Amino acid sequence: MTLKTLLAGSALAALAAPAFAQDVPASAEDDVLKIGLIYTLSGPAAALGEQARNGFMLAAESIGEIGGMETEIVVIDDEQRPDKAADDARELVQRENVDFVVGPIFSNILVAIHQPVTETGTILISTNAGTSNFAGAECNPNFFVTSYQNDQNHEVMGAYAEQQGYQNVFLMAPNYQAGKDSLAGFKHSYTGGVAGEVFTELGQLDFSSELAQIAAFQPDALFTFMPGGMGVNLVKQYAQAGLSGIPFLSAFTVDETTLPATQDAAVGLLGGANWAPDMDNAANEAFVSAYMEKYGAVPGTYAMQAYDAAQLIDSAVRKLGGDLADRDALRAAIKEADFDSPRGDFSFGVNNYPVQDFYIVEAVKRDDGFYGTSVREKIFDDYVDTYADACTMQ
Amino acid sequence: MTNLFVLQLLNGLQLGVLLFLIAAGLTLVFGIMDVINLAHGVLYMVGAYLIATFAAATGSFWWGLLLMLPAAVAVGLALEWVVMRRLYARSHLDQVLATFGLVMMANEVVKIVWGVSPLSVPLPGILSGSVPLMGPLQYPVYRIAIIVAGLAVALGLFLMVNYTRIGMLLRAGATNRDMVSALGVDIGRLFAVVFTLGAVLACLAGALVAPILSVDTGMGESVLILTFVVVVIGGIGSIKGAFLGAILVAVVDTLGGVFGPILLRQVLDPAAAGQAGRTLAPMLVYILMAVILFARPAGLFGRRG
Repeated sequence: MTLKTLLAGSALAALAAPAFAQDVPASAEDDVLKIGLIYTLSGPAAALGEQARNGFMLAAESIGEIGGMETEIVVIDDEQRPDKAADDARELVQRENVDFVVGPIFSNILVAIHQPVTETGTILISTNAGTSNFAGAECNPNFFVTSYQNDQNHEVMGAYAEQQGYQNVFLMAPNYQAGKDSLAGFKHSYTGGVAGEVFTELGQLDFSSELAQIAAFQPDALFTFMPGGMGVNLVKQYAQAGLSGIPFLSAFTVDETTLPATQDAAVGLLGGANWAPDMDNAANEAFVSAYMEKYGAVPGTYAMQAYDAAQLIDSAVRKLGGDLADRDALRAAIKEADFDSPRGDFSFGVNNYPVQDFYIVEAVKRDDGFYGTSVREKIFDDYVDTYADACTMQ
Repeated sequence: MTNLFVLQLLNGLQLGVLLFLIAAGLTLVFGIMDVINLAHGVLYMVGAYLIATFAAATGSFWWGLLLMLPAAVAVGLALEWVVMRRLYARSHLDQVLATFGLVMMANEVVKIVWGVSPLSVPLPGILSGSVPLMGPLQYPVYRIAIIVAGLAVALGLFLMVNYTRIGMLLRAGATNRDMVSALGVDIGRLFAVVFTLGAVLACLAGALVAPILSVDTGMGESVLILTFVVVVIGGIGSIKGAFLGAILVAVVDTLGGVFGPILLRQVLDPAAAGQAGRTLAPMLVYILMAVILFARPAGLFGRRG
C-alpha cells in the first residue's frame, strides 16, 4: 500500500466513522433484510462451521422470506483467523449494510468481531461461542447468544461426576484458554479428588503417553475436552488401549461432527449438551428430518443453534412488521425469543444468554444406521450461567 | 511407575519404527540425490489418504493396504518424473522453495479431492482390541503390529542394502555420488528408484498410522521436523543411522513427555508442570541432537562430515 492510498483510506475511515456512531444503522432504512454469516468454513474445524451454516440456511429456506421481508444472506469464511474475521465484520456492517451478523464458531473470533458489529448498533447473534466476559460485566444490548455460556457444558459433566459419587477423576484438556476454562468449569460443580491433570499440546494427535498415564492411575473416570480432530483420535485410541472400562466424560468431543469419524469407538461415551437430535418434540422432529434429508447427515448442536438464530430473527422481525428503525423495539422483540426451539425450553436471561436445560447425552448408533447423541438424563433445569449476576444491563 | 515406564517404552518403540519408515526414504534422497525434500511429509499424508480410500472402497483394511502399495509406487514415480527430476541440479534453496510449494499444493489438492473433514480407517478385525500386559495394564494389539511390521521392513531394508546389487549402488551413491556416475551407472534411473522407494516407505508409514490417527491434511508437517532430526542424528544417507536415530528420538520424546511433567509436578502446579514438561520434551530431542553432533559432526553413521 502506498502512502497516498493509506492517507486516502484513513480519510475515508474518518468520514465514515461518525455515520456509524449513531444507534440506528443505515441498514435499517431499506426494505431488504440482509444477514451476514461468519463461520469457520476451511481448515481442520470446517466441519463445525459447515454444520452451523447448513442449519441457518435450512431454516432460511423453510421460512422463505425471513420476517416477511425479502431476505439476502451473505456467507463469509473467517478461516479461524481473528484478524480476518474483524475485517470481515467491519465490511459486513459498513459496506454490505447487514441488519444482523450471525456467527461465529470460535470464542477468539467472537471477541474479535464483537465490537466492530455491536458498536454500530447492528445486532450480533452468536450461535456457538459464548465467552464469560460478554456474559458478565461486558454484556451488550446488541449481542445475543443462542448456544450457551462456554462453561456450562463442562459444569454439566462436573455435576454428573458429583452425582455418580466419583472420587478420583483424571482431567485432560489442550493447553490453551478454552482448555483451562473447561477444567475450571468441571471443577465448579465437582468436589471430588483429581487423579491427575494433564494439559496436552493444542492439535496433538497421538495420545499414547496420556493414555499410558490413565492406565497406570486407574481413575474412577476421565473428563476431557478435545474438540475436532483431537477428539476423534483420543476416542479411537481410548477404545484401542482397552480403557473402555473407565467412564469417558467429555464436552464438545463426542458429537455429530466427530461421530462420523469415530463411529463404534465412541458408542457409549458421555457428553454434556443442551440438546440431542433424538429429543421428542414436534419442532425437533421437523428440524432433524429436514436436515437429514437435505444434507444426508445427523445435525449437531452447531446446526441446531444456528437454525434457532434464523428462527429468532424471523420471529422478531415479523413482530415489528419489518420496521427495523426502532432499535429498542427490535431488541425487545428479540429478547422475547418467541419461537419453538428444537431443544424445548428457551428464553433469554438478563445478559441475553440463553436460560435452558442441560442434559447428559450418550453416543449411540441410531436405528437409521447413522451415529448421533441421545439424551440420557436432565442434569440442570432452566440453568442460568454463573456470570449473569455481573451483568448490569436491564 | 514401572508400569508407566514399560508402556511408554513400547509407545516409544512404536513411534520409533514409524519415524524410521519415513526417515529411511528422506535420508536416502538427501544422502544419495543431495535433494532436500520438504514434501516428504506429503507422501506420509498421501499414504494415509490412499488407504482410507481403498479400505472404504473394498471394505477391508488388508485390501486397502495391498492396493495402497502400487498406488504409492505410481505417486512416487510421477512425483520424481514431474518435479524432482528438475531439481537435482538446482541449489538447495531452490529445492526447499519448490518442495515447500509442493506441500501447500498437495494439501489443497487433498482438500479438494477428499474434503476438509478428517477421514478414518477402521482397524482390521484381527488386530483390534488389546492384550493384557501386566496387572491392569493393556496394550493395543494394533500398536504391537506396527512395531512388528516396522521391524520387519527395517530388516528387509538392511538385507537389501547390504546384500543386493541395488543396495551396493545405494551405499556407493551415498558415499560418493560422482564416482558412481563416472563408473557408468545410470544415475537417473538410480535416483528414480531411490525416490520411489522412499515414497513407498513414507506412504506405508502413513497407511500404518491411519487406523490410530484421523487422516487429516496437516498430518505430514507434524512428523517432518522430527524426521529431519532423525536423519541428522543418524547421519545423512545411512539406513542404519536412521533406524537407531528414530528409536532414540522417539524413546527420548515419549519418556520425556510423561516423566518430565511428573517430576516437575513435585515443584510446580499441574498446569505449569504440564506446560513446562510439554516444552521440555521436544527440547530433549534437540539437546540429544546437539550432543550427538558435538561428538560426531556427521551423525552416528554419517560418512561425509
